[in-house]
Amino acid sequence: MKQLMSGNEAIARGAYEAGVTMAAAYPGTPSTEILENMVEYKEHIYSEWSPNEKVAAEVAIGASIAGARSICAMKHVGVNVAADPIFTYAYLGVNGGFVLVSADDPSMHSSQNEQDNRYYAKFAKMALIEPSDSQECKDFLAEAYEVSERFDVPVLFRVTTRISHSKCIVELGERKEVGHKPYARNIPKFVATPAHAKIAHVKVEQKLKDMEQYANTSILNKIEENGSKIGIITAGIAYQYVKEVFGDQVSILKLGFTYPLPMDLIRYFASKHETLYIVEELEPFMEEQIKAAGIQCIGKALVPNIYELNPDIVAQSLLNEKTETKKVDVNVVPRPPVLCPGCPHRGFFYTMSKKKNTVVTSDIGCYTLGGMEPLNAMDTCICMGAGFSAGMGMAKAFEVSGRDNKVFGVLGDSTFFHSGITGAIDILYNKGKMVPVVLDNSITGMTGHQENPGTGKTLMGESTTQMDPTDIMKAVGFKVLVVDPCDLKAMDDAAEEAVKSEEPTAIVTKRPCVLIKGLPPFKNKCVVNRENCKKCKMCLKVGCPAVFFKDGTAYIEASMCVGCEVCKQVCKFNAIEKVGE
Amino acid sequence: MADVKNILLVGVGGQGTILASQILSTGLVSAGYDVKMSEVHGMAQRGGSVTTQVRFGKQVHAPIIGKGQADVLVSFEIMETLRWLEFLKPDGKVVINNHKIPSVPILSGKREYPRGVIETISRKVDATVIDAGRIAEELGNPKTMNVILLGALVKAMGLTELEWRAAIKECVKPKFVEINLEAFKAGLSV
Repeated sequence: MKQLMSGNEAIARGAYEAGVTMAAAYPGTPSTEILENMVEYKEHIYSEWSPNEKVAAEVAIGASIAGARSICAMKHVGVNVAADPIFTYAYLGVNGGFVLVSADDPSMHSSQNEQDNRYYAKFAKMALIEPSDSQECKDFLAEAYEVSERFDVPVLFRVTTRISHSKCIVELGERKEVGHKPYARNIPKFVATPAHAKIAHVKVEQKLKDMEQYANTSILNKIEENGSKIGIITAGIAYQYVKEVFGDQVSILKLGFTYPLPMDLIRYFASKHETLYIVEELEPFMEEQIKAAGIQCIGKALVPNIYELNPDIVAQSLLNEKTETKKVDVNVVPRPPVLCPGCPHRGFFYTMSKKKNTVVTSDIGCYTLGGMEPLNAMDTCICMGAGFSAGMGMAKAFEVSGRDNKVFGVLGDSTFFHSGITGAIDILYNKGKMVPVVLDNSITGMTGHQENPGTGKTLMGESTTQMDPTDIMKAVGFKVLVVDPCDLKAMDDAAEEAVKSEEPTAIVTKRPCVLIKGLPPFKNKCVVNRENCKKCKMCLKVGCPAVFFKDGTAYIEASMCVGCEVCKQVCKFNAIEKVGE
Repeated sequence: MADVKNILLVGVGGQGTILASQILSTGLVSAGYDVKMSEVHGMAQRGGSVTTQVRFGKQVHAPIIGKGQADVLVSFEIMETLRWLEFLKPDGKVVINNHKIPSVPILSGKREYPRGVIETISRKVDATVIDAGRIAEELGNPKTMNVILLGALVKAMGLTELEWRAAIKECVKPKFVEINLEAFKAGLSV
């Protein structure tokens, strides 16, 4: 059967066909749909949203040790979070096959950097497999489990946005039941003490040598020979761009097993061609190793290492061909993403934007948009959890330097469970003079509404214990002020009280994401009373896409307004009213 | 890859460009074409600029195109046409929805919505302008704008013979099938 599938759907299907029984992940673009689609196979595969990527990796590692074929999936920066267990598991080796999917985001469509995670394979000493389309996402995954179990190593399965989020036709297969490998306590193998690790390191070096030999004949690496003087080595999505530009006009060594690199195969291919090009997206991962092996090649001297590639860039780099384009002489206005109408984060960030001497350390989520025009209410956004802990560092530094800035450290509910709790403990333990704020909108928002420990539902759709950030912050030892962020007076009072409080005080803003279906919406929409409007533009400062200024006066777009009343509260002239009230 | 056709759909988060692309891809697959469709999620959902690309032919390699390579640019919003125009082939066609969604710098009065966009573009390229917003309201569901534009695209590409009815049924929830079939027909007859 053939079906149009995204790379992420195909990875889920591939896990199903490969006999996987355990899957864990934390959502993150462009990886999220892997586990969302895994649920389709819930009769065969247990799937979970873990609180963070490190937990997801450890759950999948535990399952692998217990004998199951397991998978964990995350975005590229998620692998940074999961790196600790992954590096050690690479030394120890597996029982049931173990695959870590890293979905990288070249061009940073939805990320804070464009790190090239292929280096993790070399760094941690594990196998690296790179598919170049959805069919390969499915098929290569089966081979990844074979490699994992045959060589006793974790496999890094690396995809990129254009593989994860492109749909191609996939020929489906049947599930192969492999069962679970027997489990027996094996202390030298799975207890990573220094004594055992010393032996494991020697073993893993040998595994790498064995895998390199295997890679030379792997079905994932193939030469498309046409007798040309030019030879191109490529992998992943870059292969598709090379094919698009050159078709069958050049010889290609397409690599799917990319660490350890099949150096004998590469040497053979190089010997058959006068000029060897390496076309790879982002960093010169293959080029560096090929050059270090003494093989001459041209790569990043021509192909950019910044942003994603496309056929046009490959053609320009290798053929110096410029594409003719249409241009018109009209200025385009930027269209940055914005907080939705009725977004509960708006009230909090508006309140922060009005406060003097305030520093807001934030992190990753919809609420990062609080740092955009016109709110501009943010000082830092680094990574998940840093909203609390970077705030702690700034507050301590201000104490030393004598600055009187008030620090508010901000993160969302899913981020709080991900890596906020440890930061909160640090603030209390080390007496940070700052206010931790949890923007609790009852969902994982930015990635498209995934369940989390605060929602009372699991990925598999079961009801479970619902954990409340308020209770957890209280248990840590904070006095917690719970406030509706759409009530600006209450929001401001809470911020003032928290700053002045003698005891450690946290704020939890509590209002569900406006996009959650089935929740009672606000009553009635807002409308501008023309007579009262003084055209002061105050209402525009809340940064709501439903509120706009046209021909010298303010309007509210009825089709977008949900009636949250944040704009109504900032109008000093009672010019914003509720329809029908 | 001369036989491969490239379609670029652009718009604003929430306008339904992805659904339109899915119906398009489904129809093309059942007609026996090799198809690749690419989309970007994430930040784009929050009112930002969004694009999807659909490529079809005998054999398609790259899921995305570079500049100067789209045969048809379907723009769900007037200003977005400008943002993506350089991806159009010099002899490519443009289908423009006569619909403005001002972005935040415009809403706040800091910038002005560009004037005369449709006129400027029409002078340079083969452009079809469609009042999909008005048609959708006449049909009684403003959200069907995307499928009306899909109909217009299918007409512009000369693909009317494909099994679009089945493709719509496959991609749309049962209770919205009828209205979307009507919308598609309206798009075809523009």
